[in-house]
Amino acid sequence: MSDKKKYIGKRVVKKDAMALLAGKPLYTDDLAPADCLIVKALRSPHASALIKSIDTTKAKLVPGVECVLTYKDVPQKRFTNAGQSYPEPSPYDRYILEDRVRYVGDEVALVAGTKEKAVDKALRLIKVQYEVLEPVLDFRKAKDNPILVHPEDDWVANCPVGADNKRNMCATDGFESGDVEKVLDECEYVVDETYHTLANNQGMMEPFVTYTEKDAYGRLLITSSTQIPFHVRRIIANALDIPKSKVRVVKPRIGGGFGAKQTVVSELFPAIVTWITGKPAKMIYSRKEVMVASTSRHEMEIRVRLGADVSGKIRAMDMYTLSNTGAHGEHGPTTVGLSGHKALSLYGPVEACRFKADVVYTNTMPSGAYRGYGATQGIFALESAVDELAHKMDMDPVKLREMNLVHEGSIQPAYYNEQFNAVALDRCMARAKEMIGWDEKYPFKDMGNGKVRGIGAAMAMQGSGITALDQAAVEIRLSDEGFYNMMIGASDMGTGCDTILAQMAAECLECDIDQIIVHGVDTDVSPYDTGSYASSTTYVTGMAVVKTCETLRKKMMALAADVLKCPEENMEFDGKKFYSLEDEKEISLSDLATQSHLGINEAMSASESFCSPVSPPPFMVGMAEVEVDLATGQPEVIDYVAVVDCGTPINLNLAKVQTEGGIGQGIGMALYENIQYNEKGGMINNSFMQYKIPTRLDVGKIRVEFENSYEPTGPFGAKSIGEIVINTPSPALANAIYNATGVRLRELPMTSEKILKGMMENGRAQIG
Amino acid sequence: MKIKVWINDKAIATHIDGDTMLIDVLREKGYKSVKCGCDTTNCGLCTVWLEGRPVLSCAVPAARADGKHVTTLEGVAKEAEEFGRFMAAQGAEQCGYCSPGLIMNVLAMAREMKKPTEKEIKEYLAGNLCRCTGYEGQYRAIRNYLAVTQGDYQLFGKGEVIEGVR
Repeated sequence: MSDKKKYIGKRVVKKDAMALLAGKPLYTDDLAPADCLIVKALRSPHASALIKSIDTTKAKLVPGVECVLTYKDVPQKRFTNAGQSYPEPSPYDRYILEDRVRYVGDEVALVAGTKEKAVDKALRLIKVQYEVLEPVLDFRKAKDNPILVHPEDDWVANCPVGADNKRNMCATDGFESGDVEKVLDECEYVVDETYHTLANNQGMMEPFVTYTEKDAYGRLLITSSTQIPFHVRRIIANALDIPKSKVRVVKPRIGGGFGAKQTVVSELFPAIVTWITGKPAKMIYSRKEVMVASTSRHEMEIRVRLGADVSGKIRAMDMYTLSNTGAHGEHGPTTVGLSGHKALSLYGPVEACRFKADVVYTNTMPSGAYRGYGATQGIFALESAVDELAHKMDMDPVKLREMNLVHEGSIQPAYYNEQFNAVALDRCMARAKEMIGWDEKYPFKDMGNGKVRGIGAAMAMQGSGITALDQAAVEIRLSDEGFYNMMIGASDMGTGCDTILAQMAAECLECDIDQIIVHGVDTDVSPYDTGSYASSTTYVTGMAVVKTCETLRKKMMALAADVLKCPEENMEFDGKKFYSLEDEKEISLSDLATQSHLGINEAMSASESFCSPVSPPPFMVGMAEVEVDLATGQPEVIDYVAVVDCGTPINLNLAKVQTEGGIGQGIGMALYENIQYNEKGGMINNSFMQYKIPTRLDVGKIRVEFENSYEPTGPFGAKSIGEIVINTPSPALANAIYNATGVRLRELPMTSEKILKGMMENGRAQIG
Repeated sequence: MKIKVWINDKAIATHIDGDTMLIDVLREKGYKSVKCGCDTTNCGLCTVWLEGRPVLSCAVPAARADGKHVTTLEGVAKEAEEFGRFMAAQGAEQCGYCSPGLIMNVLAMAREMKKPTEKEIKEYLAGNLCRCTGYEGQYRAIRNYLAVTQGDYQLFGKGEVIEGVR
C-alpha cells in the first residue's frame, strides 16, 4: 500500500446520506408491519409505592384490546437494562413489571391492542390501589437512609462494585496515588469547591421505538432503534427467561442515540406481548415518556481539592463524586469512575492524586448512559476548579494549564497506569488560543452597552473503547465481480460508522468505497460486537476491519497463486489485479471472484476480532466567548472554538460535525437544560416545551479544527471522537461567565437568574 | 368523518376521527418522511406544506386539510435531492431524522425570501430542532445551496468547497 491515502482523512459522504435526506422509510416505525398491536404502559403517579391490588377486568373488555399484563404475568427474575458486557457491573435490580414502583413514570401495567384509542381507554380502566410510601428524593440524603429504594432480598450485584441495596448504595469507587493530604498541606495554594450537574436528557430526535414479531421458526424477532443489538438479545432473553437462541435483534437506521439507546428501554414490553400472544407488537415512546421514563445523565455532586506550589505547578488533586443513579442502577457503577479518571488524567502526572465515589439510589428516574458518561460531569468540576485555582494565584488560567497539562509519553496513575502514546493537547491549546484571540480578549471586555464579554477555556479527554473488554468482530467476503460484503456488529446511529468503516476497508483493500457493501446489525448475521458506545466504534471495530482485510488479502493472494499456478510469495495485489512479475501472470479481482465460486474448497471470506489492552484518550481544548447582559444576566454564546486531537480523523466531515454537534449539546447542558422535580418526585420539565434543548439561535458560532496525533494501536492512527466533544462547554462557559461578571457558578445550568443573582451580590448588575 | 385531501397532487379520500391529526393521515397513507419528534409542536420534524405554507402536521387537525393541498418531502423529491446534496457534502444529515422537516422549511424559505441574511435564515428555521449537528453543518449546506440557486450570494464564503455527491 502506498502512503498516500485515498479515503482516510477525507470528506467522504455517508453511504446512506441521500436516502436519509430523501425521507425514505428506513427507521423502525417506518418498517413496522401495519398489523402490529400497539403497546402502551400505565405509569406510576407515585415516586414510591406498593401495588396492593390491580384490577384489569374492565380494561380487558375494551374491544380491540388483546392483552393486559401486570406483575402477575411476567417472570419474577431480576435483570438489568444496561447495555454492558456480561456479567454487567450494573446490579440486577428490576423485573419487567413489579408490585413495587420506584419513581414517577415507573411501569405498572402494559396494554396491547389493535387500535391506539382502545389501548388508551383500557389504560384508563385499570384500577390500581397503591400503598404510597415516603420516597428518597434528595441524593445527598440517600446513603444509609432508613428508607430503601431496593429493600428486596433477590437484588443482586454481579460484580464487586461496592454495592449494597440495604444502604441505598449502587456502587463505590476510588483510587489513590501518593499521599494527597500530606501534599495538599504543603501546597501554597489550595482550592476546595463543590460542583453540581443535573440529570440531562439525551434528547435524540427519534424516540425509543421497537417492534417485535415471531419469525418462521417461532423465534422472537426484535427490530429496534438501539446502539446495542447483541446486548439486547441477551437482556431480553434473560428478562423473558427464554433461551438466547430464541431471540434475534435487527437494527435499522437510527434517529440518534447519544447513549440513551445503550440501555434497553422500549424493547422489553412489545417483546413480552409478542412472546405471549404470538402477534406482532410495536411500542413508540412519546416524548414525555422519553423524558420521564427512560434513563438520563447521572446527576453528580463533585468536590474538588487542588493544590499548587508558588510557581503554579499542580502537586495534588483530589475528587469525590456523589452520583445519583435514580431508581435503578443502569450504568451507575461504571459512569462514576470516568468523573475521576477521565478528568484527573488531563494533568501531570501529579505527585498525589485521589478519587473517591459513592453512587446512590433515589426515587427519581433511573440514570444511564449519555455521551461523555461521567467524564462530562467530572471535567466540568475539575476544569472549573482549575480556573478557580488560577484566579486565586492571580494567574492566567490558560497559562496554568499550559504548565500542567499532560504530555505524550506520560504514564498516568489516574488512568490505570496506561502510557499515553498520542497527545496533542499542548498543540490544541496553542491553536485554540490563536483562534479565539485569547491574549487580546482575556479576561473580559465591557461592550459599553450594558453588556460584557468574557472568555473561558477548558480541556477535555475521553477514552477509546473500554480497555480489555470492548470487542468487535468484522467479516468481509469477496463477492461477484470483486465487490466485498462487509458484515459489522457496530451500530450506526447516524454517526456514520457504516461509512468510516467502509473507508478503512476500501483503504486496506485498495478499492473504490462503492465496492464495500456494509451490512448493519442483525444478530443472526453480523459478527459479535459489543455495540456502539464508550467511544469504541472507530477505534475497536476499526481495528477489526484492518485485521480482517489483512487476512482476506492473504487468502485471496493464496487463491490467486493457486489459480495462476505460481508461487504464493511472488504474488502481488494492487486492489484491481493479482499478479506475479516473475511469472508474468495476472488475474483480475473480478475474475478471481468468479473463480472463487467455481469448485473452490476455500471460502473467500475472513473474519477477525479485536479487543484492545488500552483505551487511548482523545484530547481537546474548547474556548468560549460569552456576552452577558448586566441588566438581565442573560448569557449569549458569541463564539466557540474547539481544537480536537482524535489521532487521525478518519472522515473529516463527520469528525467535524460530531464535534459541532457535541458542543451544541454541551451548550444546552451548560446553559438551558434544567431538569427539576416537584416535592412529590414528579419531573416538571417533561417535554421540549419545558426542557429547552438549544435551537440554532442558541449556540452562537462554533468553529472546529483538528490537531492530529498518531495513535499506534488504532486504525490508521485513529482514536475516538464521539463522546469527548460534549465535555468542554460546561466548564468553558462557566469560566467565561466568571471572567465576564465575576460570578462563579458551580451548579448547572447557568441560567440568567443565577448569573443575575450573582451579579446583584457582587455589585456588577446594572438594573434600572 | 370523510375527508378528501390532495397529497402531493394526488387526491386521497379517507375516513378520520374528529381528533385525527394530519400527521397520522400522512403516515398511514405511506408518506413516511413525516416524522414525529416531540408531541408539543417544538421540534419541527413533522413540517409539511398546507396550500404551499409550512405547517406542523402534528398540530393540524386532519379535518382542516379537507379539500386542501398537502405537500410532503416525497412531493418535492427533486428539489429536496438538490438541497440534500449540499447537506450530504457537509455530512450534516447525521441521523437524518430531522432532515425531512428541515428540508421542507428550507425549501419554503428559499421560495419566500430572496438572499436572506444569516439572522433571517436562523430565525426562519429556529423551529427545526436538531440534536446531532449543532446546526453549523446545516448552515453551511443552506448557505451553499442558496449561493448556487440564488446566484452571487452574499454569504457564500470564499474557499468553501462544495464536494461532489454520488
